[in-house]
Amino acid sequence: MSPDLLKLIFGRLGLESLPLHEPIVVGTFAVVATGGLVMLAGLTYFRVWGYLWSEWFTSVDHKRIGIMYMILGIVMLLRGFADALMMRLQQALAFGGSEGYLNSHHYDQVFTAHGVIMIFFVAMPLVTGLMNFVVPLQIGARDVSFPFLNNFSFWMTVGGAVLVMASLFIGEFARTGWLAYPPLSNIGYSPDVGVDYYIWGLQVAGVGTTLSGINLICTIVKLRCPGMTMMRMPVFTWTALCTNVLIVASFPVLTVVLALLSLDRYVGTNFFTNDFGGSPMMYVNLIWIWGHPEVYILVLPAFGIFSEVTSTFSGKRLFGYTSMVYATVVITILSYLVWLHHFFTMGSGASVNSFFGITTMIISIPTGAKMFNWLFTMYRGRIRFELPMMWTIAFMLTFVLGGMTGVLLAVPPADFVLHNSLFLIAHFHNVIIGGVVFGAFAGIGYWFPKAFGFKLDPFWGKLSFWFWVTGFYLAFMPLYVLGLMGVTRRLRVFDDPSLQIWFIVAGIGAFLVFLGILSMLMQFAVSFLRREQLKDVTGDPWDARTLEWATSSPPPAYNFAFTPVVHDNDAWWDMKKHGYQRPLTGFKPIHMPSSTGTGIILAGFATAMGFGLIWYIWWLAAVSFIAMLAVGIGHTFNYHRDFDIPADDVVRAEDARTKLLAGAK
Amino acid sequence: MSRFKILALLPLTVALSGCNYVVLAPAGDIAAQQRDLVIISTVLMLLIVVPVMALTVLFAWRYRQSNTEARYEPEWDHSTSLELVIWSAPLLIIVCLGALTWMGTHLLDPYRTLGRIHADRAVDQSKAPLEVDVVALDWKWLFIYPDYGIATVNDLAAPVDRPINFRITASSVMNSFYIPALAGQIYAMPGMETKLHAVVNQAGTYRGFSANYSGAGFSGMHFNFQGLDDKGFDAWIASAKSGGGSLGRSEYLQLEKPSQNEPVRRYGTVDSDLYRLILNMCVETGKMCQSEMMAIDAKGGLGHEGLNNTLPLAYDKYARRGTALGPEPTFVAGTCTPDAPQGRTTASITAPVDTAPLLGAGLKRPTFTPLKSSSFFLGQRPKSDS
Repeated sequence: MSPDLLKLIFGRLGLESLPLHEPIVVGTFAVVATGGLVMLAGLTYFRVWGYLWSEWFTSVDHKRIGIMYMILGIVMLLRGFADALMMRLQQALAFGGSEGYLNSHHYDQVFTAHGVIMIFFVAMPLVTGLMNFVVPLQIGARDVSFPFLNNFSFWMTVGGAVLVMASLFIGEFARTGWLAYPPLSNIGYSPDVGVDYYIWGLQVAGVGTTLSGINLICTIVKLRCPGMTMMRMPVFTWTALCTNVLIVASFPVLTVVLALLSLDRYVGTNFFTNDFGGSPMMYVNLIWIWGHPEVYILVLPAFGIFSEVTSTFSGKRLFGYTSMVYATVVITILSYLVWLHHFFTMGSGASVNSFFGITTMIISIPTGAKMFNWLFTMYRGRIRFELPMMWTIAFMLTFVLGGMTGVLLAVPPADFVLHNSLFLIAHFHNVIIGGVVFGAFAGIGYWFPKAFGFKLDPFWGKLSFWFWVTGFYLAFMPLYVLGLMGVTRRLRVFDDPSLQIWFIVAGIGAFLVFLGILSMLMQFAVSFLRREQLKDVTGDPWDARTLEWATSSPPPAYNFAFTPVVHDNDAWWDMKKHGYQRPLTGFKPIHMPSSTGTGIILAGFATAMGFGLIWYIWWLAAVSFIAMLAVGIGHTFNYHRDFDIPADDVVRAEDARTKLLAGAK
Repeated sequence: MSRFKILALLPLTVALSGCNYVVLAPAGDIAAQQRDLVIISTVLMLLIVVPVMALTVLFAWRYRQSNTEARYEPEWDHSTSLELVIWSAPLLIIVCLGALTWMGTHLLDPYRTLGRIHADRAVDQSKAPLEVDVVALDWKWLFIYPDYGIATVNDLAAPVDRPINFRITASSVMNSFYIPALAGQIYAMPGMETKLHAVVNQAGTYRGFSANYSGAGFSGMHFNFQGLDDKGFDAWIASAKSGGGSLGRSEYLQLEKPSQNEPVRRYGTVDSDLYRLILNMCVETGKMCQSEMMAIDAKGGLGHEGLNNTLPLAYDKYARRGTALGPEPTFVAGTCTPDAPQGRTTASITAPVDTAPLLGAGLKRPTFTPLKSSSFFLGQRPKSDS
């Protein structure tokens, strides 16, 4: 075939795009492909495709979508963490003239992919998954406001993840650092597909995130059950509301800044080029106007989880509910006034720098207040050290350290000596692992019985906990030390042999965290096998306080047979206290949304379009785009959007629960 | 201050003696003041962090379920006086820290000239500060000493106790100029200039490097910074001068091409205008300098005629630009530059401008032949070392 025809069909994709010369990548591919084939074969052999398609992939049930988000987050955690281990190994080896085992082409992709995956495809899905699962239950709703949109949002997130994963085996990923600063990320200095993978992976996933944000705001504002005023909402729902407000207000900025970068790369505009009046500094500002709220998007729901967990396991009302809510709202607003602290060293004047430094410090006031509120929730409580509570204590001890180093970095002169150093790396892992990850794990342990009807195995959970916590400290305390020695981030080789010991310790820490992840997977497997012993029939295994515990575990598709009525904060606690009787008769048919495959199909076309744009396969991009429009319009003619669960089915489900509850007593 | 320092450093020094905590023990006055701020802020925050951590452990232990002795008040969830403490304690700390930040940021602004060279020594006004122009290249550092007419690659020296004025720019992507022992870092960006004022107080050799990732050769982008006594510095300058070699525009264009792990190089003479040209992105003959473009714009610009200037402005030159969706763009090439007022090129690297004459005020559109843009780019940026 002529080269022109090949170019028309395959764009710039060719055999040489496959990283066959990178043994590590080829090995990974072999393992992943084998594993994937075994899984596909297994699914086919056990004939579960139909079940997965009709009950999960096309489901609009917020609980199932939430669970699928969590699975996505955990799967991507394995990939992101593999990157982390590779980096730790490289940095522990590359001393005294050794080049380590990764060349710069590979290593630079690894640290970029690690950051992108951990933020966008691990932390975000975990947080979104928990919000999706918990929020409608906590506010006594049957589903989110827009159930189909929810399904679509999830599959767009998956689409982004698929593109990022594809870059491992087809072509390459960006070699720019996780925020892809131009001019380095512009076409002049990164002409390859890596940055295009980055752009389209994030754009596709970003659609999902933004829509899911809109959905959850609507849900919280409009679907609260009678009696649940704003100031009676559980704190987790409050933090979810604030987080989604942040998402809706900040993700469009990311979308726009990436769109401008792609215009630069595809059609030759000059927003962020060096020449023709472009300004890379504009990109740095814009991306951090998204990027700083992003860290609060991640950590606010974690704060919510800790509030629920502390209150439940201390057997006590949350101390200072009102100040907790105001603190959350204040953090939400302030998070837009601090972005410049990510680049004090870009040459802003002293007044600008001190303004943003001081606003950053002000955020620590409401955050500190929250810390005290958890503390005084424990005060005069009866604390049960179940796993979620252990994560919470670990969080409180770890997060104050991360918060402290964060405020330190907000002092501009201190930042001048610590910016871009390993001290900074230690700081943000300190708050993201100590805050978001511990929070997600606390949330998983806490709500797992709600989702599946059995508790998680405590032995493997505790093992995982101790591996994670000790691993975290071993991995990141040396980085603080290295930062004070003036060692900066993203270095591939080192000259000074005295530093090596610290990298080795950090590597050991990372390995312990790896054992923690393995223990956690073990915990899931063991719990599944022992699900009969770990079974909870009450629906309220922790003697908890909020509405989600009022229904069965797992909850029926309709969540609540009758919409609950709320008279106090901690609605379920209040109901239990006042001798709530579960209604046993009078069930009516329940109106519910129908499943649809449109979300997954649309997201599939969006992903294909992204792939076409990355590789300059214009026909594929065009066809996918038209197909997306066609499917979208076609879906508006789908009139089978809802159905009624017959009263008989409701009666059957509720009778079964009545029997279980009687058996439990 | 020194009491704070000793207190904070004591546990570290005992446990980890032998390591080089350059951020905590720098050799320059600016870095030392920045270190002081690091320590004061940490101590201030520990005032609240330590009690919080202690209370966490204490409450977790005291109110554990098995301790039935402890009071249990499941409904207690509010206390106005406690709330007052909870909000005001962090507030007080932040008020102190904020005041410190405001002062420290202004006093240690890298753009501010030095007021002292050491805690107890004022600037010696009889000595002029040392001027150093810094250029971050792919992937090495170029230092130009305009007062001495020399330049070096990956080698920097300065006399002890003499203020240094750095002017910093870059050739292609963002880097960060950082010598931890001397002073905090500042970004180096193409087409832009940042400044840093610093002084080194102790003779010695210190590491300097780029602190902001800039591509494949980033890890090797470091240099030694030597603090020398006056005599040693003069000798260093003299050896650079006698070493010969000259850095002019064409040598610079060779030098700025991407290369990794560059050895030290010294140039005995340097084009005195080179730094200005680098900063204005017009070292290559045939490029219009930013300053000139801005001067034209300041006068209201050239309107439609300004289109004629596009080619001499193209700077990001290692790859074909922005043409994924169609044929390569063609640029108007018929124009001239200050170095070639009649459109003729004079340097050995020829830019493909045509020779249409300058028409002067009013600038009628010159005749021109569109060129394929690829012919004036130096070629594809080389793939990295994989």
